[in-house]
Amino acid sequence: MNDFKLKVLELLQEDARRGADVIATLLGAAEGEVYKAIEEMEKDSVIVKYAPVINWSKVHDDKVTGIIEVQITPERGRGFDTIAERIYRYPEVKTVYLMSGAYDLQIEIEGKTLKEVAFFVSNKLSTIDSVLSTKTHFILKKYKQDGIILEDHEDDHRMLISP
Amino acid sequence: MLKTNRSMTEYLSPLVKDIPPSGIRKFFDLVSGRKDIISLGVGEPDFVTPWHVREACVYSLEKGKTTYTQNAGLPELREVISAYLYKQFALKYEPSNELLITVGGSEAIDLALRALIQPGDEILIPEPCYVSYSPISSIVGGKTVGIETYAKDDFKLTAESLAEQITPQSKVLILCYPSNPTGGIMTYEDWMPIVNLVEEHDLIVISDEIYAELTYGQKHLSFASMPGMKDRTIVVSGFSKAFAMTGWRLGYACGHQDLIAAMLKIHQYTIMCAPVMAQQAGIEALTNGLEEKDRMVDSYNQRRRLVVKGFREIGLDCHEPKGAFYAFPSIQSTGLTSEQFAEKLLEEFKVAAVPGNVFGLGGEGFIRCSYATSVSELNEALERIEKFVRKYQ
Repeated sequence: MNDFKLKVLELLQEDARRGADVIATLLGAAEGEVYKAIEEMEKDSVIVKYAPVINWSKVHDDKVTGIIEVQITPERGRGFDTIAERIYRYPEVKTVYLMSGAYDLQIEIEGKTLKEVAFFVSNKLSTIDSVLSTKTHFILKKYKQDGIILEDHEDDHRMLISP
Repeated sequence: MLKTNRSMTEYLSPLVKDIPPSGIRKFFDLVSGRKDIISLGVGEPDFVTPWHVREACVYSLEKGKTTYTQNAGLPELREVISAYLYKQFALKYEPSNELLITVGGSEAIDLALRALIQPGDEILIPEPCYVSYSPISSIVGGKTVGIETYAKDDFKLTAESLAEQITPQSKVLILCYPSNPTGGIMTYEDWMPIVNLVEEHDLIVISDEIYAELTYGQKHLSFASMPGMKDRTIVVSGFSKAFAMTGWRLGYACGHQDLIAAMLKIHQYTIMCAPVMAQQAGIEALTNGLEEKDRMVDSYNQRRRLVVKGFREIGLDCHEPKGAFYAFPSIQSTGLTSEQFAEKLLEEFKVAAVPGNVFGLGGEGFIRCSYATSVSELNEALERIEKFVRKYQ
C-alpha cells in the first residue's frame, strides 16, 4: 500500500461521504488519481463498504449486544477457519475475531432481547461440535466506537475572533 | 470617593492613553455572543491539546506539583526545549543561561522590548503583522516604523524596503515568519540580504517564530541560524500553535546570555515564573508529542489547499501561504474596503473573517481567514463567501 492510498483511506475513514474531488484538493492531487486509487481499493476489498458510525442509543433502540468468548477445537488442516465461517454466516453475528490468549474466538452478536441472545448462545453456538465453552458478556453502554467518542464531544470553545 | 477634579483618563500614562484600540476589538464585539456564525477569524488551532499532554498535567497536579519554579523555568523543560530547537531548527542554546520560559510568546516579546528599548529608539516592523508588536513597542516608549510588504512578493520582507526605513535611531527589527496574518515564509536567499543590513546597521532582531512548526513544503529557517545572527537575535516561540496549547500560556525566549539575563530580571520582578502545571505539560508535549504535532500540521496543510483553491475559484486573488494557518486573499475586486467586506460578510452571510487593515501597512484590501477549522465548515464558509462576492462584484 503506497502512502497516497493510505492518505486517501484516512480521509475516507474520517468522512466517507467525501467525493474524489474534495479528497484530491485536500491532498493536492489530481481528481483522476484519487478516483483510480479508490476504485482499485474497492476492487481489492481494501475498502469493503461505506457505512456510517451510528450511536444507536440515541435512536432509543432496545437492541442488546453481547460479546461472547468462545473456546473451540481447531480442525486439522483448516485450523479455526471453518468453524469461524459457520459462525459468522449467522446474520445476528456482527463481528468475529480470532484471538490470542484465554479463548479463541470473540463474537459480537446483536439481538432484540436478552432472551434472543441467550437463545443464540445456547441453541446455535454451544451446540456446534467444536465449541468447547462460551462466556457471554452484555454491553451496557458504548462510550467510544471505531475511534469515535459517541457522547460528550470536545466542543469548539474558541472565541469567534482572536488575534 | 476619589477627591480630584481631574478625569480618570488624565491619570493615565500618555504611552498607554495614546495607543489606539485594536482593530480586532470591533469584530470581537460584533460577533460576541452569536452562535450562528462560521468563524474564519480564529487565531488558534481547532485541535484540543493532545490528551497525553493534558493527562501529564493532571498527573503532576495529583502529585502535588503546585509550587513556584525557578524564575527562568523548570530546568528539565529548558533542557528539552534546547534539545528540541537543536533537532528541529539547528539552533543551539545553553539551557542554563540562554533560555527563559515565559507566559506565552507575548510575554517574551514584551520582555525583549522592555529590555532593549529606550525612549526614541526606532523599532522596525514588517507589515501586515500580528497586532501586538506596534502597541507593545509604543508602551515601552519606542517609535514604531512599519515596513510594507506586498502580495506580489508573497509578503516577504525585502532588503530594499527595509533599507529605506533604517535611520540612525533604528535599534530593533521584529520579524514574524511564518507570518500571521499572511502565511508568508522566508528562505535562505530571502534572509541573506536582510542579514547583511542587520549587521551593517547593528540592529537587534526579535524573531517571533511561534509558527515555525507550521510550514508546508519546506522547513522553517530560523533567522538566528543565519551566519552571525545568533548573538543579535532573540528567538521567541511557544507551545500555543504547534501543540494546540494556546490557553496554557507557555512560551520561551532564547538569545545571548546578557539579553536573556536582562529579560529575566524583568520577568522575576513582574511574573516570577510561568505556571508550573503548564511547564509540566510542556515537557510532555516536547518529549512525546512530535508525532501528534505532525498529524495536526498535515491536517492544516490539507485544509490550506482547500481554502486557497476555493478563494481562487471564487475569483479572489490569493497568494499561496506557505506557513501558519491563515489565508490572506485580496478582496479588492469587490470594490469594498477590508472593513466593509468583513462587516457585510458577517452581517449578511454570517461568516467571520478579520479585515486586513488591522494588521497594519499593506493589509488594506485583504482579509485574514484562518483555515484551522473543519473541512465541512470551510466548505460552507467558501460557499457563502462566493454568494457574497457575486452579490458585490
